[in-house]
Amino acid sequence: MIWRVEIRQRQGVFDALGEGIQKDIVDLGLAGIAKVQVALVYHLEGDLVEGDIQKICRELLADPITQEYDYSPQGALPPSCEEGESGCHIVEIAYNPGVTDPVEASVIKGIRDLGINQIQAVRTARQYRLYGMVSVEQLDVIVNKILSNKLIQHVVRRAPAPKTLSVPFKEGGFLLTHIDLIQASDKKLMQISREGQLFLNHDEMKAIRKYFKKLKRNPTDCELETIAQTWSEHCYHKTFRGNIRYRCLENGKTRTRVIRNLLKSTIVKATREVDKPWCVSVFHDNAGVIKFDEDTHVCFKVETHNHPSALEPFGGANTGVGGVIRDILGTGLGAKPICSTDVFCFAPPDMTFEQLPAGTLHPKRIMKGVVGGVRDYGNKMGIPTVNGAIVFDKGFVGNPLVYCGNVGIIPKDRVKKKVRKGDLVVVVGGRTGRDGIHGATFSSGELTEESEVVSSGAVQIGDPIQEKKMLDALLQARDKNLYTAITDCGAGGLSSAVGEMGKDRGARVDLEKVPLKYRGLRYDEIWISESQERMVLAVPPKNRQALLDIFAGENVEAAVIGEFTGEGQLKLFFQGEQVCDLDMGFLHGGLPQVTKEAYWHLPKIPRVRIPPSVDLNEKLLEVLSHYNVCSKEWVIRQYDHEVQGLSVIKPLVGVHCDGPSDASVITPRLGSTKGIAVANGINVRYGMIDPYWMAASCIDEAVRQIIAVGGSIERIAILDNFCWGSPDKPARLGGLVRAAQGCYKTAVGYQVPFISGKDSLYNEYAQCPDALPLGQGSGSRLPAKLERREKKSIAIPGTLLISAIGIIEDVTKTVTMDFKEAGNLVYCIGETHEELGGSIYWDTFGLLGHSVPKVNTKRGSEIFLSLAGAVRKGLIRSMHDCSEGGMGVAVSEMAFSGGLGVTVRLKDAVYQGEKKRSDIVLFSESNSRFIAEVEPRHQKFFERSLRGVPFALIGQVQDTPECMIYGLDQEVCVRISVDYLKQAWQKPLRW
Amino acid sequence: MAKEVKVIVLRTAGTNCDAETAFAFHSCGAQVESVHINQLFQGKAHLRDYHILAVPGGFTYGDDIESGRLLANELRLRLGDHLQQFITDGKLIIGICNGFQVLVKAGLLPGPLTEEESQKDNLGQTATLVSNDSGKFEARWVHLKAGGKSIWTEGLEDIVYYPVAHAEGKFVPGNEAVLERLKQNGQVAFRYCTRGGERGVYPENPNGSADDIAGITDTTGRLLGLMPHPERHFLFRQHPFWTRLPGGGRHGQGARIFNNGVNYVEKNLL
Repeated sequence: MIWRVEIRQRQGVFDALGEGIQKDIVDLGLAGIAKVQVALVYHLEGDLVEGDIQKICRELLADPITQEYDYSPQGALPPSCEEGESGCHIVEIAYNPGVTDPVEASVIKGIRDLGINQIQAVRTARQYRLYGMVSVEQLDVIVNKILSNKLIQHVVRRAPAPKTLSVPFKEGGFLLTHIDLIQASDKKLMQISREGQLFLNHDEMKAIRKYFKKLKRNPTDCELETIAQTWSEHCYHKTFRGNIRYRCLENGKTRTRVIRNLLKSTIVKATREVDKPWCVSVFHDNAGVIKFDEDTHVCFKVETHNHPSALEPFGGANTGVGGVIRDILGTGLGAKPICSTDVFCFAPPDMTFEQLPAGTLHPKRIMKGVVGGVRDYGNKMGIPTVNGAIVFDKGFVGNPLVYCGNVGIIPKDRVKKKVRKGDLVVVVGGRTGRDGIHGATFSSGELTEESEVVSSGAVQIGDPIQEKKMLDALLQARDKNLYTAITDCGAGGLSSAVGEMGKDRGARVDLEKVPLKYRGLRYDEIWISESQERMVLAVPPKNRQALLDIFAGENVEAAVIGEFTGEGQLKLFFQGEQVCDLDMGFLHGGLPQVTKEAYWHLPKIPRVRIPPSVDLNEKLLEVLSHYNVCSKEWVIRQYDHEVQGLSVIKPLVGVHCDGPSDASVITPRLGSTKGIAVANGINVRYGMIDPYWMAASCIDEAVRQIIAVGGSIERIAILDNFCWGSPDKPARLGGLVRAAQGCYKTAVGYQVPFISGKDSLYNEYAQCPDALPLGQGSGSRLPAKLERREKKSIAIPGTLLISAIGIIEDVTKTVTMDFKEAGNLVYCIGETHEELGGSIYWDTFGLLGHSVPKVNTKRGSEIFLSLAGAVRKGLIRSMHDCSEGGMGVAVSEMAFSGGLGVTVRLKDAVYQGEKKRSDIVLFSESNSRFIAEVEPRHQKFFERSLRGVPFALIGQVQDTPECMIYGLDQEVCVRISVDYLKQAWQKPLRW
Repeated sequence: MAKEVKVIVLRTAGTNCDAETAFAFHSCGAQVESVHINQLFQGKAHLRDYHILAVPGGFTYGDDIESGRLLANELRLRLGDHLQQFITDGKLIIGICNGFQVLVKAGLLPGPLTEEESQKDNLGQTATLVSNDSGKFEARWVHLKAGGKSIWTEGLEDIVYYPVAHAEGKFVPGNEAVLERLKQNGQVAFRYCTRGGERGVYPENPNGSADDIAGITDTTGRLLGLMPHPERHFLFRQHPFWTRLPGGGRHGQGARIFNNGVNYVEKNLL
């Protein structure tokens, strides 16, 4: 029998959730809804009597102080709008069948704790009561834009109550499917690839046909899926590892060269040349590993989760965080995650619905969802999110970017893993369901309006508590040495994980032994499902029981599903029948090499005409209010950035804890003084001019932020993370090559090694040009079949994220960016050039410009080394790097974060430009520059420690809370109270 | 053999402040064990072997249904007698953040408010902690005025600075009478306040708690629950702007609480 329970707030109790939704509705431009009330709905199935239900409500589901409950037996339906009071609309939203709702397991557990063991199944829903006047169409907009996402949820209609809550399934007999490949024509091959969502190209399909022709049999569906997963761009990185014919137009001449393996010839090459002895494991494990102290190493990884986040922002970001944490858990024999860093790119949140391409979500909704997803996973896992960045640009309207990074620590004797013959294949963690089927191949193609229909299986919700339990158990098992290798189940699921671990030995798996969420999964679904929170271990048979005991002690499932054989074959069975038999050699080495075309030339950008005179007061405020500069406090505060107690420099610093810190510093060992600093460099506008200098600038920015808190260039490692459009388009690939070359040169110049990286390509959004923008009327969905040729593709601006990690010898010497005391001297270190190309300043005029900031690594290194020396000697009271918005923003931020004023003389700064204009000096974004605060008594020592480096004393910290800047003509060009500056900086994203 | 102060840091699915809580007690000289609740259920560990029970922060069972509810029910239904004995024996309990939510929802805090109530067997829940008025999770540092009479807060500075990090920290008493009793009995251990110690509004009171209440004790003062995290200001360099402060030694303003607990046991229970 099914009971329906509704829990709602008592009269007079503040409904924070309802209040928030009401605000979101107003944000949509619908003023008609005055109040929203939310009720939680539980459907409980089992042999339950009324007394049980009352007990469940009283002791479990309803808070006795603030909530009340209603229940009704089977057959009762949610009240409809018609039956509601006048001016009240009732909408009930439930998860689609098959979507995992972690609350359900908790409710079942809670009911059993009450001694009621007859409970069988639970489904939850939310009921919204919207009070006010809205039309049916407007209600539809509210439902689709705020209350639900139809990929995972649906509106509960008035339909007969279901007989059971379990997921419907067909108890079909087992039927092994073969695909007729060896007879297939070339045309048919592509049809098979398309219809199976394999995303394999013609050459690849032909290579597969050839392989099976030799075997004289057709592949099973499972075999074909396995190959598609393994060969996907997502898993194999075909572009970076393949051949590229690169043509480059420079100084009127076109030069052509063939690049074999872009990754090895740029990123990896830099690391090899830099050759740091403290690099422990680079590029071959889940994360890069570097030495930390005598006993421990730290590891760092940044992943992307762009495609899923475009469709379901909360779930996409949520599982993105979960995924990168598993990367860390799967590094070596398992590292302990200690902090996260998350970087996003969105379209500006003030875009109107009319400006959005059909089928895309509004950037504000995407941002709220993504932040919510990161918050939920990170906070619940107890891993502090200590650092991040957000970039806004219209180019991200169809494809937001979500970079999730995680740092872990690992004992130094747990870095190596090796599967041994006879080891058991053990899957631990969550159960396997139909979630995320085809995620790996899906993320290797472009998004279209149809994506949300076709790829709905690719979206899922994470269960952070499941992952936390797994973490707790895993680290115990690791410390007892119970397994020989580990890897995470990410894209491609078991197929990727077992395929990768068994690469050298071969593996045999009995698919029916995999624990399932619900019955009815086919063998191939079990194999490629991307259900979250699972990892695969290789366990020597003698450790089997000890391992299972540890997992049982933490209430985590662990199942032995096969063994690593030593035969070199991948063999899968389902209920005794063989469903897959592939040669590991072919699977991992059979991918045909392709040569892709790339072309690059400097883009034609209209010349910048600078307005002759500009009010710099206004401009400074405008620059501070720019989305890419303004305060991200609204985001940061939603993250628990201090759990684990390790943070020494937090993301928000200063006298009111609201200033923007450069890098975050944590001590991996609680109570110790040795630390690490984490920072990111990203700037897409530079790349619109020249991706080479974008790459150089990103490295400079990431590195100098670590220098700004007191790090040392000699102990910094970096990660690359490319998000690009389709590499099948020569112009896009040309930019990518150019960026990779910038990475190589700059990394070698600064002697900082890359230790890990990632690429996410095909970030394009194909749309029909005359399509209706979403948001006009109800559910304006386009016909599913669109003519391919009519589509126009929007690519993201080529985006490179450089993430840096630095070892801090003594955290007690670290420096924050807020001005500390009036009377102290203010220095600008580094040279300012006429480099406003891609700057925030030009953007406030709607201009891009040519003169992109360049990097001189020789000069930069000298600056970084001198400043590190000054920090070590305790000569610097505060320091901040100059990045977006240049010196103007850096000085303003230091002043209002410290609650102090400042005077600055631009004429004294080291400036190399031809045009003598104050605005250029104030807003140029030249690299390798810092503002530092020094006590007068340290003036001589400080200046001596900077010998040989360009620097200038440019001003002084003042008691009067005012920012006063004298221009090149020595007249006051900016005079604004620091409170006013701070307001301008805080206002845009104070939601 | 010298007797040792023994602390149990209780852990279950979703607990995530166990390490720093254990570190705090350990640094104060206690012998600390992090114990999964399964161990207590299975009789592999026993509450009676410890002097202090710490229920740390986290998201036990994902805060599903409501924060702390599932663990509260486990304590109440499966360990109720052992806990009662623990309290009767004059031992100490501290619940921080999620631990506070658990103790309140298990009816252990504020506990019996009158003589009469203390005779009753099953008192039930008399207060609760619900969603912040802001409707969202927030991490920020707050000023707190210490008050009441509890062994845990003895000798604490008048105003202390700890971080909060929660989505459901709004303290709601069952009714006016409960609030009045709490005040009369000196059970209000911490109130949110401004930097100068005055009553504040949001964000000084970060969640909309009644009467700015951030932490309470039972009538004996031996059971303490609070939303802010003293274990995250155990060290000087956990202070959010320590770089502005004159060098302040190793410890921060949260250390006293843990020291008090350990000292009390040394003096009274060993």
